[in-house]
Amino acid sequence: MTKANLAHDPLIRISKREDIPMWKSWLVRIIGLLLALVVSGIVIVCITHINPFMVFAKMASGSFGSWIKNTNAAGETVEVLTISTKRIWVTIRDIMTLLCISVGLAPAFAMKFWNVGAEGQVLVGGIATVACMKYFTGLPTIVLVLVMIVVSMLAGAIWGFFPGFFKAHWNTNETLFTLMMNYIAIQITSFMVAVWENPPGSNSVGVINRNDQYGWLPSLFSDVPNKDFGWNVIIVLIVTVAVFIYLRYSKQGYEISVVGDSVNTARYAGIRVKKVYIRTMAISGAICGLAGFVAVSGASHTISTSTAGGRGFTAIIVAWLAKFNTFTMILISALLVVLDKGASEIASSYGINEYVSQIITGIILFFLLGSEFFINYQLKFRHNKGAEPPAAKPVQAPAANTDNEDKEANE
Amino acid sequence: MKTTDSAVQIKNPGQNQIYAIQMREITKTFGSVVANKKVMLDLKKGEILSLLGENGSGKTTLMNMLSGIYHPDEGYIFINGKEVSIQSPRDAYKYGIGMIHQHFTLVDVFTAAENVILGLNDGSKFDRKEVSRKVSEIASRYGFEIDPEKKIYEMSVSQKQTLEIIKALYRGADILILDEPTAVLTPQETDKLFAVMRNMKKDGKSIIIITHKLNEVMEISDRVAVLRKGEYIGCVDTSETSPQALTDMMVGRATTLDIDRPDPVDPEPRLVIEGLTCIDHEGVKRLDNVSFTANSGEILGIAGIAGSGQKELLEAIAGLYPVSKGTITYKPKDKSEMSLVGMDPLLIKKSGIAMSFVPEDRLGMGLVGSMGMTGNMMLRSWRKNRGFFVNRKDPNQLANQILKNLEVVTPSTEFPVRRLSGGNVQKVLVGREIASAPAVLMTAYAVRGLDINTSYTIYNLLTEQKTKGVAVIYVGEDLDVLLALCDRLIVLCGGQVSGVVDCRNITKEEVGLLMTKYRKEGASHD
Amino acid sequence: MDLTSFLTLFHSAVVFGTVILFGALGEILTEKSGNLNLGVPGIMYLGGISGLTASFIYENGNPNASGLVSALLALISAFVFSALGGLLYSFLTITLRTNQNVTGLTLTIFGGGLANFLGGMLQKFSGGVGQVKVGKAADTFGIYIKSIAGTDTSHPLYAIFGYGWLTYIAIAIAIAIFFFLGKTRTGLNLRAVGENPATADAAGINVTVYKYLGTCIGAGISGFGGLYYTMNYIGGTWANDGTIEALGWLAVALVIFATWRPINAVWGAYLFGIAYWAYLYIAGLNRHTLELFKMLPYVVTLIVLIFVSLRRKKEDQPPAHLGLPYFREDR
Repeated sequence: MTKANLAHDPLIRISKREDIPMWKSWLVRIIGLLLALVVSGIVIVCITHINPFMVFAKMASGSFGSWIKNTNAAGETVEVLTISTKRIWVTIRDIMTLLCISVGLAPAFAMKFWNVGAEGQVLVGGIATVACMKYFTGLPTIVLVLVMIVVSMLAGAIWGFFPGFFKAHWNTNETLFTLMMNYIAIQITSFMVAVWENPPGSNSVGVINRNDQYGWLPSLFSDVPNKDFGWNVIIVLIVTVAVFIYLRYSKQGYEISVVGDSVNTARYAGIRVKKVYIRTMAISGAICGLAGFVAVSGASHTISTSTAGGRGFTAIIVAWLAKFNTFTMILISALLVVLDKGASEIASSYGINEYVSQIITGIILFFLLGSEFFINYQLKFRHNKGAEPPAAKPVQAPAANTDNEDKEANE
Repeated sequence: MKTTDSAVQIKNPGQNQIYAIQMREITKTFGSVVANKKVMLDLKKGEILSLLGENGSGKTTLMNMLSGIYHPDEGYIFINGKEVSIQSPRDAYKYGIGMIHQHFTLVDVFTAAENVILGLNDGSKFDRKEVSRKVSEIASRYGFEIDPEKKIYEMSVSQKQTLEIIKALYRGADILILDEPTAVLTPQETDKLFAVMRNMKKDGKSIIIITHKLNEVMEISDRVAVLRKGEYIGCVDTSETSPQALTDMMVGRATTLDIDRPDPVDPEPRLVIEGLTCIDHEGVKRLDNVSFTANSGEILGIAGIAGSGQKELLEAIAGLYPVSKGTITYKPKDKSEMSLVGMDPLLIKKSGIAMSFVPEDRLGMGLVGSMGMTGNMMLRSWRKNRGFFVNRKDPNQLANQILKNLEVVTPSTEFPVRRLSGGNVQKVLVGREIASAPAVLMTAYAVRGLDINTSYTIYNLLTEQKTKGVAVIYVGEDLDVLLALCDRLIVLCGGQVSGVVDCRNITKEEVGLLMTKYRKEGASHD
Repeated sequence: MDLTSFLTLFHSAVVFGTVILFGALGEILTEKSGNLNLGVPGIMYLGGISGLTASFIYENGNPNASGLVSALLALISAFVFSALGGLLYSFLTITLRTNQNVTGLTLTIFGGGLANFLGGMLQKFSGGVGQVKVGKAADTFGIYIKSIAGTDTSHPLYAIFGYGWLTYIAIAIAIAIFFFLGKTRTGLNLRAVGENPATADAAGINVTVYKYLGTCIGAGISGFGGLYYTMNYIGGTWANDGTIEALGWLAVALVIFATWRPINAVWGAYLFGIAYWAYLYIAGLNRHTLELFKMLPYVVTLIVLIFVSLRRKKEDQPPAHLGLPYFREDR
């Protein structure tokens, strides 16, 4: 091989992987996650100058308790971790809300429909829930909860219906459509906040029905409201399992997979593609609407433009990383929420601002996304081809009539 | 031969001055598929070389390594006697190589002139008028017709191809590679193209034309190189060979088509098509007043140049293409009648019409690439059972049955069919379509890209269906096969039926003539 | 509405519009290369905070600081850090082939987090919320030709000439992009990459380089939107109120509204501005209904999006390969 030629060969060539064993793909993801943690750790150490090992200890503990300064017998100040049930429940509650939105996105994504409108779908679900809490007075709790579930899902379904409808009939770009729908929902929320403002001039709705907790999702293990969030867990886990079964074993789930793979094949198989688009988006929106209900009735008991709080967007990344598998979404949601809480804990104990958690989330997601590359592709490094090239001699033809030219060429 | 040391030759390119291109020991693999294995190829300056081979023999892959789309895993390329490494299309242009791909590489919303100068950066000012002038100049030198200001999406296929050639010439290509240029052309357009190619040859250009049509090979080329299953078989002078000898090289053994063709038993009309006219979304007539009858117990062949309306015809019958005019009538055994116009596949199925369809685009229409065999069996049966959930048991059984009977090579029935080889994909598709016991079975290019053995498996399956009384419609491209397999043949030309013939009493030449017989509206050609 | 109030409205509309105009112009360049970067809000955040921080570091404790230097530092650092955001996005989507939507959204989360974090640090450093001030830079950015425009805010000349100079730079960039895309070879090549990368590749265009450059330079321009917001719109300070994010999404909307044409983006931006501020001038709007009124730009964009998909005119469509990855040997 000549040097000149070698220099022209690419150093690295990328090719698609045929297949990768399960354990290997998870190994790659875990390495990606570890790298992300190291990088975020470095960032935090740079900001706070604390012991790097403490960083992780604190982050890990942020979801379960808090560090309280104590003076020990020797008079030194030490920090002691105090586990708090309340904190654990809040963490679980937040995991459930994020999970619910991610699960809602799964049907749309399985159909390769880019629903980036979860933020808006959650908000309209939340508005519907608040409306029920305010206007449907005098119902027994169980009835009211059921009404709120139905109404919030309906609101979300309507928000999902429009992009589905226009995509189905005129192939309108769904990414841009759902994105716009978010902001329409946000403005409607602002409008409703102004309408429901309490106390006047506060520019917020305040905690709704603070006195009688009417329309609050009750605690599961106690009579005290907000003591635990067991019902949130039950509702969201039911949805998680249901969507998993729906996508994998139902006829409609089968239709969704076929449409997601090839619209032409779906038409060929007699699947009404338009109907599937619209129905699936309505379902997707409905579950996101339900997440709005969980966020309002099951958590904040109020509504504002930040009720969804960007979780509609985070959920997109969760759903994408989980490859439509709703059980994997539990893991990823938990990971993100725990890290978020951990970063907040660090922020509060070192007096830095809470946005550090967003930075950490961003770093983790970048690394997790990047690691997908090493699962789907492999790198081939340049290697020496070894043998000398054969002479560029004209090829011998089977019919021996090119022999003469052969000689001409080489002599 | 005095030396085998390449270094000497690289230093003395003069030795090989008569060769524009020499490829040596070229190997290219995609995953586990070997597309080219130690292939050699020579192109002399100022000659037209045909690169001949069956579908899937690695012709296009080999040429893509000259045009910089792929890079060989192993092997050496010499241009004008110098060893080169072609990393990108830009490199290819640098060495004077221009390739006209089968799928045109044109930007739809750009004008012809804009497409021509795309990617060029010779430092000169961006002057549209100057570019247009140059384009017109090249066009007139070789005998093309082109409007430099026309947008691509307004152009016909032949105009686009013309533009591709001009684009290559504009960039100073001395070596032109044309990938199956005639597949999309009418005979008249083909003649024009060949005239242009001869003009270019006179001008000193070297040309490689990829094709599998022997008559064109004989007509246009000086020499023929043959590939088979990714391997180089040999190279011969066109003047000293014959179509039969080339076929032997191409397929490895003399192919006398030996397809068993029993006579139809009690044929009766199953599908009657009258005056069928289809217009696409751009307002072009794809089918024009097509009428014919498909009988039970016979194989009805449909011949024609690619794009003469075959795809639209089958899709219109299957309820996948809108019908503008005409009738499609299904006549089941009980002598009742049913109109299919306006029905979609679901309605057709619900009406109890047992219609099977093997579409041309296997993974894009007939199968779900990301699913395994079982999931693909469900495509026909998932609606059958009652209730909300799918039944996977029966489809899985069927998948295993097909896997066994048709010898499908796959790790499991859950392995994504996208990753199977072309032949196995087709077995899965045909197997499924036959399994539903159809009354009408339509197939489009059922053996395209398959090896001879698999092709015979498919022929036998179709003949078996025919003897069972199924009305089989077979759209094909190889006339020898069409004439040996089918009972009757419909010839399509420009969306019209130019002839209905009996396959037992007609020659290939007569069919060939019908394929190119145009009936222009208003003017009688006959 | 009388002329005076219209002129006042127009003036605030232009100031508002310029923020999203920068964002949209950068995104047009990016999308023409085939990358749908939903990280525009994040990038505008990066542009805003890095410009502010650069000026702050220079001006703080330096009584002799020159306004010109301070503004220049802000400009350069806004461009560089926004382009770095674009580089991160490019590396992930082009080299590592991650999904564009997901990567863009992550960039928005990351950029927003970083900007607000640094903003908070600046506030803490200068003694509290609203205390950050880079007076000299902001004054420099606010310079306009008083001899022509005058100081009467209801005068027509003021409505044309009475803006900080970045406002005119935005228009100049729009015209430059228009010429670049339509009249230069490089612009033609860039559009080809966004329309049909395989074709561009076959024509010898280095798709990767064009995508990287289109995205990074586009991000740099989008970043000026954030800078304009911090320097001109709120006068050289920082606000953790999420406005930049909302404006970032509006910039994405504007790209669609303008059907990927930079000149349309200019008047589109001002129209969005008018729609945003019009509630001040419409009688009968109360605090409730004005929130509904603010929905207008998004609704209008939605209607344009639907209309474009209905009409199917080739020239109005998004770049054909927008949002899709390109890998030469994919088969």
